[in-house]
Amino acid sequence: MSKAIHWCGTVVPPRAAPRRDATVWTRLRNALFRTPMQGAITLVLALLLAGFAPGLVEWALIDAVWLPSDPAACTEPGAGACWAVVSEKYRVMLFGAFPYSEHWRALLAMLLIVAGFVYSAFPRHWRARLAAIWLGLLALVLWLMLGGFGLRPLSTSDWGGLPLTLILFAGTVTFGMPLSLFLALGRESQLPAFRWICIGMIELFRGLPLLVVLFLASLLIPLFLGDGMTIDKFVRALVGMVLFFGAYASEIIRGGLQALPRGQYESARALGLTYWPMMITVILPQALRIVVPALVNDIIRAFKNTSFVAVIGLFDFLGATKAALEDPLWVRYSLEAYLFLIAVYFAFCWTMSRYASWVERRLDISKRRGE
Amino acid sequence: MRTAIILSASALLAFGQPAAADTLENVQAAGKVTCGVNGSRAGFSSIDSQGRWQGLDVDTCRAIAAATLGDAEATEFVKTTSQTRFTALQTGEIDVLTRNTTMTYSRDGELGVDFAAITFYDGQGFMVPADLGVTSIEELDGAAICVLPGTTAEQVVESVFSERGLNYTPIVFQDAKELSSAFFAGRCDAHIQSSSGLASTRATLAPNPEDYVILPKIFDKDPMGPVVRQDDARWKDIVAWTVHAMVTAEEMGITSGNVDDMRETGSDTIKRLLGAGDTDIGAPLGLNADWIYQIVSQVGNYGEVYDRNLGSGSPMNLARGQNALWKDGGLIYAPPLK
Repeated sequence: MSKAIHWCGTVVPPRAAPRRDATVWTRLRNALFRTPMQGAITLVLALLLAGFAPGLVEWALIDAVWLPSDPAACTEPGAGACWAVVSEKYRVMLFGAFPYSEHWRALLAMLLIVAGFVYSAFPRHWRARLAAIWLGLLALVLWLMLGGFGLRPLSTSDWGGLPLTLILFAGTVTFGMPLSLFLALGRESQLPAFRWICIGMIELFRGLPLLVVLFLASLLIPLFLGDGMTIDKFVRALVGMVLFFGAYASEIIRGGLQALPRGQYESARALGLTYWPMMITVILPQALRIVVPALVNDIIRAFKNTSFVAVIGLFDFLGATKAALEDPLWVRYSLEAYLFLIAVYFAFCWTMSRYASWVERRLDISKRRGE
Repeated sequence: MRTAIILSASALLAFGQPAAADTLENVQAAGKVTCGVNGSRAGFSSIDSQGRWQGLDVDTCRAIAAATLGDAEATEFVKTTSQTRFTALQTGEIDVLTRNTTMTYSRDGELGVDFAAITFYDGQGFMVPADLGVTSIEELDGAAICVLPGTTAEQVVESVFSERGLNYTPIVFQDAKELSSAFFAGRCDAHIQSSSGLASTRATLAPNPEDYVILPKIFDKDPMGPVVRQDDARWKDIVAWTVHAMVTAEEMGITSGNVDDMRETGSDTIKRLLGAGDTDIGAPLGLNADWIYQIVSQVGNYGEVYDRNLGSGSPMNLARGQNALWKDGGLIYAPPLK
């Protein structure tokens, strides 16, 4: 046994308590000019900002062309940002080739999905009922998007733009979460055959880039199906996205399962609980709580991953924007259109990441209260 | 609710048309023609500000719908990429591929598809920045060349340079627009593409069109047209004669504007063509007697379609060139419709 070594550094001198009555000015000074180095960096950045900001404001706001009178207005010397491209093309960017007169249906479907996400965002709604609500919601969305029962029938090849992105995203998460739970539990299972199948699936889909998964789904599956059978292209893409998401999310959930002390499993067993009651009442509630931030992170990534479907010929929001910019009259102003696209993507992803940090704090608080 | 879910699911997982069956019957049963299109190529297939499909390929598809169903709007457009287009056709996901696809021996022979007709004659050209001072391919030795993978352009660069013993560095892009912006940003010395593509790229994307020249020599032949599965000869005939009918209408001066008058007052030949004569011109193909009338009145003749999408009536403003009628010195020629 080695001898314990005690090592003491110099004692840190006591500091004055931070002033509670700090004014805006002192707080700003502390934030921006605490040390000479910080002050210098602040000054340099302020100068850079002062150099760029007026030009940017002039380009983006003052000289900008707002209305789609004529693309020629944007080519006039001195014209700034051509936001007219967005006001001219936003319907195509948002809805792709969806029939113009039916856009309200796509809009409604989109709002339904967003409402579903807002509802699911509150931890108090995290019940088994949520899955049923989502299935009902998706059925309603499918009715709006496919028609029938009094609405003009449409096909998935008419879908496009933001509704397609959101449906893909909602579908990925709705079907991917149960799949990932199943795979995570399967990987930890005592049944060898089941365990190996789950490990195989996880490793296969984690070992392939999403792009390859999508190409497999769109090129190989139809050939295997043989004569006369086709599965809708959208469904094929969705299946690929679900498997990919499920494989990644299951590893996150497995992390949560492993983070729990063995004592939790053992005491649940000692109470006489069999596998499923133990998992549902003791293990999963704790394990999932641990991994919520990581899961939300993966969900945000799933949202951005939807843009990959453009490579197999689906008009997602990005694809529809590209298609809208194919118009020779407006193709020069793709920058402005992409800025609009960025703003929309950012709004979604930023909301989700703010939500993640909110839910993290909230769960942390309720955990501390529980202890 | 459960019924709704099952119905929605069955709508998504429905069996497609059997690939080996009668496409015309399937089209008539479905009430629509499903066409595979590019979706991102101005002049051939793209969507306008109202989300409406337009372009030469789109109008070919509409003409097929008008001929077979009497309604040019009874179409469904499926966006395909250069990798997915033939699979989509082979598996029956689409009835006809109208996606600026070049007819070649290997595609025709190996892929189980048939090229029904030619709707656009194109060729490969090189575009270079004018300040390079290049006037011929020989001066491009060692150049970096922007190409799209798996396209005719890629093969043409390879053969043109190896025949002349020249070197080049291919710079590969997945997306035509990325390729163009990279070229105009100076990433490569030359841009090879179909001459129609080059002209539209230069007209729309170049910061200053005069700064770029298209070398006069056109390589290779790019005859493009609708593609069908090769196991359905009658469907191929229908697609082929739809195109021939549009060309014939232009030859005879029948336009969407005057087709109603011509049907009443035209010569016997014209009346017969438009389904107002004594013989049923639709019978040989199992179509309605007025199938050509439907094409011309709803979509237009070949010249109208060309002008609207690629020619003087479009921002592309491409001259007819090789795509003029044979009697005007072009290559567009239809066998007699009799």
